[in-house]
Amino acid sequence: MKKTLSLCLAALLLLPLVFALASCNKALVDVENLEGTYTRDLAGTTLNVYNWAEYISEGAEGTLYVTKAFEKLTGIEVNYSTYESNEVMYSKLKSDAVSYDVIIPSDYMIERLISEGMLLSFDPAAELSNYHYIDEQYKNLYFDAENKYSVPYNVGMVGLIYNTTMVKEAPDSWGALWDEAYKGKILMFNNSRDSFGIAQALVGVDLNSTDKADWDKAAAKLTEQKTLLQGYVMDEVFNKMEDGNAALAPYYAGDFLTMQEINPDLAFVYPKEGVNIFVDSMCIPANARNAEAAKLFINFMLEPEVALANAETICYASPNTGVTGNPEYSLADNEYLYPKDLSAIKTTYFRDLDPSTRKYYEDLWVTITTGN
Amino acid sequence: MTGAKAGASASVLTEKKEKTSLGAKLLNAPYLLWSAVFIVVPILMVVFYAFSETVGYYEISFTAGGREYVCELPAAEDLTLEGAKEQAAAQAGVSLADATFTHASLEYRSGGFTLANLKEVWSPASRRAMLLSFLYSLAATAISLVIAYPFAYALSRSGAKSQRIQMLLIMLPMWMNMLVRTYSWQQILENNGVINKALAFLGLGPATMLGTSGAVILGMVYNYLPYMILPIYTVMSKIDVSLLEAADDLGCNWLQKLWRLILPLSVPGIISGLIMVFVPSISTFYISQKMSNGMIKLVGDLIESKIKDQWAGGGLNVGAAMSLVLMVIILVCTFVMNRFSDDDGGGMVV
Amino acid sequence: MKTLGRIVSFLVYFFLYAPLLVMIVFSFNAGKSTSVFSGFSLRWYGELFSGGGMLIECLRNSLLLAVLSAVIATLIGTVAAIGIYRLKKGFVSGAILTVNNIPLMNPDIVTGVSMMLLFVFAAGLFGALNATNFYTLLIAHVTFNIPYVILNVLPKLRQSDPTLYEAALDLGCTPQKAFFKVTMPQITSGILAGLLMAFTLSFDDFVISYYTSGPDFVTLPVYIYSLVKKTVKPNIYALYSIILVAILVLLIVYNAILSRSDTKKEGN
Repeated sequence: MKKTLSLCLAALLLLPLVFALASCNKALVDVENLEGTYTRDLAGTTLNVYNWAEYISEGAEGTLYVTKAFEKLTGIEVNYSTYESNEVMYSKLKSDAVSYDVIIPSDYMIERLISEGMLLSFDPAAELSNYHYIDEQYKNLYFDAENKYSVPYNVGMVGLIYNTTMVKEAPDSWGALWDEAYKGKILMFNNSRDSFGIAQALVGVDLNSTDKADWDKAAAKLTEQKTLLQGYVMDEVFNKMEDGNAALAPYYAGDFLTMQEINPDLAFVYPKEGVNIFVDSMCIPANARNAEAAKLFINFMLEPEVALANAETICYASPNTGVTGNPEYSLADNEYLYPKDLSAIKTTYFRDLDPSTRKYYEDLWVTITTGN
Repeated sequence: MTGAKAGASASVLTEKKEKTSLGAKLLNAPYLLWSAVFIVVPILMVVFYAFSETVGYYEISFTAGGREYVCELPAAEDLTLEGAKEQAAAQAGVSLADATFTHASLEYRSGGFTLANLKEVWSPASRRAMLLSFLYSLAATAISLVIAYPFAYALSRSGAKSQRIQMLLIMLPMWMNMLVRTYSWQQILENNGVINKALAFLGLGPATMLGTSGAVILGMVYNYLPYMILPIYTVMSKIDVSLLEAADDLGCNWLQKLWRLILPLSVPGIISGLIMVFVPSISTFYISQKMSNGMIKLVGDLIESKIKDQWAGGGLNVGAAMSLVLMVIILVCTFVMNRFSDDDGGGMVV
Repeated sequence: MKTLGRIVSFLVYFFLYAPLLVMIVFSFNAGKSTSVFSGFSLRWYGELFSGGGMLIECLRNSLLLAVLSAVIATLIGTVAAIGIYRLKKGFVSGAILTVNNIPLMNPDIVTGVSMMLLFVFAAGLFGALNATNFYTLLIAHVTFNIPYVILNVLPKLRQSDPTLYEAALDLGCTPQKAFFKVTMPQITSGILAGLLMAFTLSFDDFVISYYTSGPDFVTLPVYIYSLVKKTVKPNIYALYSIILVAILVLLIVYNAILSRSDTKKEGN
């Protein structure tokens, strides 16, 4: 009796293993029409992809599992790992701890990587058959003026999220984050560059200033804000805004859509002082071991149906005309992702700053956040 | 089984055997080798990085006129990669137009000895973080002791079967992911969280909990309480029942029994528990970040952010220096705590 | 005194289990949020079983790593414990035990960082392309697991009766035979406990893995931590609810084995 019992229990124990294995054979949404259009010459090789977490369609609830579909199509094995910030990605890359084949950094980080000779130069327009899907306005951007290093993947902007039941007048300025009336209900980025960007826009200095006095000005503004804050947050912003724990928070437009889905009382605005716009692009590191497979992968990511699956999962704006022009794309008319009049919003890209400025503002940030 | 783990730090192991055979030496060899390479050397690496600076240099290689050139140039603030290429070509005496660059990148390596990293550890921000870490972990350790002591006593006096089941119940949460449990605590303590919803139902509150120092300490206590309970329970369960009965017979009241008998006998367990809670508390970074809404930065948070951005301003070296200081603080604290234990094996620990 | 103990016990258990309860409740959430409960649903469990994406892969990796590192650490640790037991007390045994304590006393973050430094340094030395990969992760896990194995096995050796072993030798056993027939059964429970502890420590470790893992092998805790820009969805809660049940079962089985060996002992 006892033996049978232990046997049953042992079987139960194997449960997670069983469904871990079961997942190998799960139904993929196939990209059958692509069958045969991709070379299988590289079958058996490995591709190391390093991407932001939750920044690709992973087959949740019947959607496309992008990396698995790519593996099936090309026979290339994909090692997929994730990072949480450009800086972490940069450190891993720089430490020579690992070699990646595809990375997806943001604009300013691409500028830095290029300036340090860390990206592979290639010709996307000639080498990637799907490159023509990239919207012209996202080509020749400042960090890659000749389109030699990067292929745009997602576009986003920072904006102000507020809870309409708690904030009486619809704000139109970053100044709302300094409003005494909402003391204890204001959130701020737990990340130096984004937080400084807001303070800089508010005090009217350049986001990419190398003048230390400008950073001091913004730092003073941030210090002044600290007593009004509920917290410096990143992922916590979702729970806090969804459940009405906080009234105001800056975050990315695409993520606001996720929050609004759960809490319809939330609203979003691009403040008049100006906001940060970013482009995350696919690149190949200079020390990539499988650059050919990397190009294949990037091209695959540009396939309209793959890009659509990603755009629907991630909820950020897509620079892929194969997505924005697709009638099935549910976010095509979204006023936050694709504002009718983009020129009415003052947008600024982050630029890569020199090491001494970087160190200067990072130290300021530590002082602000550790002080009382 | 857990008693052994928890009893780890203080009451470690004294030796009795008299002779050492060759066989015993051979048996020790693999682990000695392993620990030398993977325990001792890494610690030396921390020391090395803490006292050295990171310097950048351009690594450039090119071919010109059928010859290969490899060149290293120190990275100055105003020298760009293109500038470095020009310089490299000039140094080799070839014109830039003739050179075909096969590689050009900015690299980093460890440079000379410096005390600058330690100086940065002494900055006001990191001093403050260290002081806070010390105070919070002290508070968390004290609170854990106050909770764990009566609990462990009650546990050690319950029936054998109940003891075994209760041990499992205490351990079970420890086996779940710390990140997920902390995430869950946030929901409980939020302004509109579980507790405040319950308070509102009773017509009370709301109380601000998440984001306070209390929340951070609670997070520490929650995560490390079992490490306090288990060693105390282990020593208490070894106390001979006949001793307690003798005390009863001699007319001791419960306070005397506690003060003169149980407490002295449980000191080794208490010391173990103190260390096992204090060490992870003082170095934590995830708990403080999540439970304080990012408003309280402890030394673990600083180390983490430095290491994350390791090439900005020598983050790796400063991070190593902070780790080193933290290690020294912990060693001193455990050494002091061990002095209070008369367990003769205890001295070996530090 | 007794009622006080009961009240304290109840409060402690409530305290320990409250967040797990919240986790289980929200794993059944119909919505995407982990803070707003919008109705009961098995949606997230369904998603796990029908795909699960990275989560399931990471779970598989975590399990594999935990099993491998626990087994290796148990082998090395048990041998080392026997070696230490047979050493005479002195400088060497003291030094070994002190080094053994370093991973226990060192904050995880220092252990992780220092091992990363070693691996990066070694990779530079040998010109390896990936300084951190599955093997470095495995080495790191074995390293922090070994001390716990030793701490579980050594006390059992100390409790074991040396005269039995000597008697076996006197009766004509070879030392090997005497060890496996006499000493081994006396320390089996310690070895098992060490194995189990190593498994769980490894399965739950995040800080050390964070610094020593490479692109080829991502574990569950490391993946969860990289979600800082996005949010933790109930699917992670669902996954951990299942793991909770699995561990509960594991503990019950372990406990059953333990109590059976106890009754046997008492019977003898």
